[in-house]
Amino acid sequence: MERIPILKVGEFLLVSIQVDMHDRLAMSLQDDLTAKLVATRAKGVLIDISSLDMVDSFIGRMLGHMAAMAGALGAKAVVVGMQPAVAITIVELGMALTEVRTALNVDKGMALLQSLVAKSCSMDNHDCHEK
Amino acid sequence: MTIATSHRIADILTRHEQPILEAWLREQLVALSARQDLISEADLRRQSAEFLALFTSACRSGNITDITAPEWKQSCSNLGNVSRSRATQGFSPSETATFVFSLKQPFFSRLRQELGGDAAGLAEEMWNATVLLDKLGLYTTEVHQKAREEVIKLQQAEMLELSTPVVKLWDGIIALPLIGTLDSGRTNIMMENLLQSIVDTGSDIAIVDITGVPTVDTLVAQYLLKMVAAARLMGAECIICGIRPQIAQTMVHLGVEFGNVVTKASLADALAYAFRQIGCTVSKQTSRS
Repeated sequence: MERIPILKVGEFLLVSIQVDMHDRLAMSLQDDLTAKLVATRAKGVLIDISSLDMVDSFIGRMLGHMAAMAGALGAKAVVVGMQPAVAITIVELGMALTEVRTALNVDKGMALLQSLVAKSCSMDNHDCHEK
Repeated sequence: MTIATSHRIADILTRHEQPILEAWLREQLVALSARQDLISEADLRRQSAEFLALFTSACRSGNITDITAPEWKQSCSNLGNVSRSRATQGFSPSETATFVFSLKQPFFSRLRQELGGDAAGLAEEMWNATVLLDKLGLYTTEVHQKAREEVIKLQQAEMLELSTPVVKLWDGIIALPLIGTLDSGRTNIMMENLLQSIVDTGSDIAIVDITGVPTVDTLVAQYLLKMVAAARLMGAECIICGIRPQIAQTMVHLGVEFGNVVTKASLADALAYAFRQIGCTVSKQTSRS
């Protein structure tokens, strides 16, 4: 069965969805991502969906779930490269995905991820100093 | 019976084509006396002569009841062209229909001359001719109406094209000035334009200016929120600005809320906010004296 590769880039994970998502693939991606997050102790996940040109409510929900799962494991998630048509579809489906952070492309997403991680690190350190 | 009458009508038309045409032209010129700026007499004469010739040959075919029949195809298409050209020239429907209806009087007076002695025959011919000309007149109005609708559709499409420009204000800041009432069709086109521009320019911030939107009700607010949500999914922050005092009041009275979307009173405020967001500062040059 085909799998979506999860690449480790520095302290982040990069998931690039290049094929049409079907539901089984989405479920296995969630398994792989959570396992990899725990194994590598990555601080952030970048989900690139620039090649995804068809979405349904399940895939939309899956994006939200993956971001929430990363959050539960102490990592930040950013979805990048959403196509205009996909964005319109998701909004028309009534899913604003407000809990998901987004960026226009991988470059900007990486910058956003770095700033988010830096912020949370400084907050962690701040907490340590206070103790 | 029908064959005989059709022959009589066709016969009269053929024999007296020229005088009928002249009388018909006089009728039309009287009816259109106020609209001589729209069509010249020469054009009118050409149109009338063409139609009368086709009309005569169609009558000669023997069928004078069903204008959808193939014998009438040429007359109808000629009439359709006349009607369409008049619709685009700005004639009213009744003025266009007059083209056909004004043929009645000269034609009937000719019938009376020819069949004056035969009352029953005259009545029958008149009835047949009336029915036929009425059908053609209605057809003219129909085509006229359709042509007008096409013009309106074309104008609407042009308006849509014109009314949705996306402008780049700064590196990473684009603006969408909305003008006119928002409906779902327009909103969709605007949303597509906005999202495509975000991709093309790589912008982080999109400013939606609603100064030109006359009313903001719950539906319009919903459209705007959709636009904001879609832009956010593409990684761009949306700012809504240009909310006029009355609009702010109506929005509160209607219970319309923009949630956690940043709203500003003017485009200037929105631009200042956008500059802060992308880390730009604008400062006045201190005069060196």
